[in-house]
Amino acid sequence: MIPFYVFASLAVVASLLVIAQRNPIYSVLLLIASFGALSGLYVLLDGYFIAVVQIIIYAGAIMVLFLFVVMLLNAPHEDTDYDERTHPLRRRGAMRFGAVLAVALAVELVWALGRSSGSSSFARAPAPTVAAIGRSLFNEYSFSFEVTSILILVAMVGAVVLARRDSPASGGAAKDR
Amino acid sequence: MPSLNDYLVLSAILFSIGTAGVFVRRNLITILLSIEIMLNAVNLTFVAFGRQFGTVDGQIIAFFVMTVAAAEAAVGLAIVIALFRHKESLNPDSFATLKW
Amino acid sequence: MSPVLVAQLAITLVVFVALLSAAAGMVYVERKVAASLQQRIGPYLVGPKGLLQPLADVIKLMFKEELRPSAADALLFTLAPVISATAAFAAFAVVPFGASTTFFGLLDEPVRLQVSDVNVGILVVFAIASMGVYGIVLAGWSSNSKYSLLGGLRSSAQMISYELSYGLALAAVLLIGNSLSLTEIVDAQAGTWLGFIPKWYLLLQPVGFAIFMVAGIAETNRAPFDFPEAEQELVAGYHTEYSSMRFAMFFLAEYINMVTVSAVAADLYLGGWHGPLIPASFGWIWFLLKVGAILFFYVWMRWTLPRYRYDQLMRFGWKVLLPLAVLNLLATGAGVLFFEG
Repeated sequence: MIPFYVFASLAVVASLLVIAQRNPIYSVLLLIASFGALSGLYVLLDGYFIAVVQIIIYAGAIMVLFLFVVMLLNAPHEDTDYDERTHPLRRRGAMRFGAVLAVALAVELVWALGRSSGSSSFARAPAPTVAAIGRSLFNEYSFSFEVTSILILVAMVGAVVLARRDSPASGGAAKDR
Repeated sequence: MPSLNDYLVLSAILFSIGTAGVFVRRNLITILLSIEIMLNAVNLTFVAFGRQFGTVDGQIIAFFVMTVAAAEAAVGLAIVIALFRHKESLNPDSFATLKW
Repeated sequence: MSPVLVAQLAITLVVFVALLSAAAGMVYVERKVAASLQQRIGPYLVGPKGLLQPLADVIKLMFKEELRPSAADALLFTLAPVISATAAFAAFAVVPFGASTTFFGLLDEPVRLQVSDVNVGILVVFAIASMGVYGIVLAGWSSNSKYSLLGGLRSSAQMISYELSYGLALAAVLLIGNSLSLTEIVDAQAGTWLGFIPKWYLLLQPVGFAIFMVAGIAETNRAPFDFPEAEQELVAGYHTEYSSMRFAMFFLAEYINMVTVSAVAADLYLGGWHGPLIPASFGWIWFLLKVGAILFFYVWMRWTLPRYRYDQLMRFGWKVLLPLAVLNLLATGAGVLFFEG
């Protein structure tokens, strides 16, 4: 039980700090810590494969991408004095609505879960092996697997095209039309 | 031993933290990070239920969610870069020119 | 404290101390081998044949002044070398270096010569290698200097590009070895064909081994892929602003990464601790010999080949090595299907 509480509190605290931090680099690093905690939770759930894949993909690749973008953009801190001095629940308009909504969502979910009777321990199931995951992935989920590869290709091409600077030749041609 | 409910409550809390981040923060990159928090909370739910029913499907679906999150983060960040080049700001309020 | 627990703790301690001594030893070996290749003597003043030179280097580094640029981010500046060194040490936790042994009957049950055995061992090595990128990129950013930032970004871009080929070479070994656990892959390489050709995966996967070694050299930022540290272009890349013990930690991390890549290569391609003429419980001697051979190859490459330019490096990684690794994987899959289908 103790490892669960350690990882769970680390995940929650890190996530809270992610949305509370003003420096985006610190936000990214805290999110990596949160992913590490989640990876630990996956290990507790006997999901060894998904735990390691979480570190490889999320903490090791996606977050590096975020870090690169934050470093390259080098944007100044965005919060105005107003944002720094008022609590989110007391700010005007959309922000107050959003903060209230998030709190209401949390309360409602926890209440709904408290009413159900799913408080028994997990069944004694054998830990799934990576071989079983592979077999299932390539038999039942083979279509999703192939579509995912096309999705990644589309995302790669899209990212390259969207982030490209317009060269003077193409910019000039567009203006002539 | 933690029960299924413990994991679901933790997942709910993480999801609401992500939602709060999307609404409250005024920085495009932090908004994208909050979306990643939400996706992770969902992954945790999937893996917990997969463990409850003793199948590998939970892990496989979580794996697909991760892949989709990677693709979405890449395209989202490319859009953020393109926007930043245009307006030199990461505040979503400064991209309000389409409003009536 | 059961004897098995004591043995586990002792193994962990031995691995830690061995890695530190390996890093120190590599400093000496590198300078001596470089000297031989350049037809000079190398260090010979400190201790017999210069053997205490690494000790002198460490003492010098400890006594240097700890500098930190005032515009640098204090927390990240200190955290970056810690991340690098931690990832370097942690990656060795799942690398086995000997057969299961009972230490000549002192223990009731055999214990593996490995800090921990996870059944997804190879993936853990890969995961921790991806975490090592953060030390470099944070060092580059937090130093708040243009040489550091450029060096850090280039170095981390290089590392994540070559990680792909690294992973695909690993995947080809997985196909043959049929397991993700490093111990099982090593055990599958025991024995010989025709009595004298060892069943190493090097012979089944020569292209894969070449790809793995090249990607490993690029991962550890060693020549000829050490552009981010090129003195002529970038002063010293991401560790420009570092001095004394923080610099020592980066230095340490680089050497231990080399040792880890060599150890994983020895386990995956060279049969780990299996070898003739030595009884199984002393297999770690063979392991040390194989790792030493690969480390010598590393040092030899550094002082023989000229350095790649950055765009040549990236072009090679993406346009040559990655397609080659994919083709290797396909060919391996076809071979496995043909010979065992």
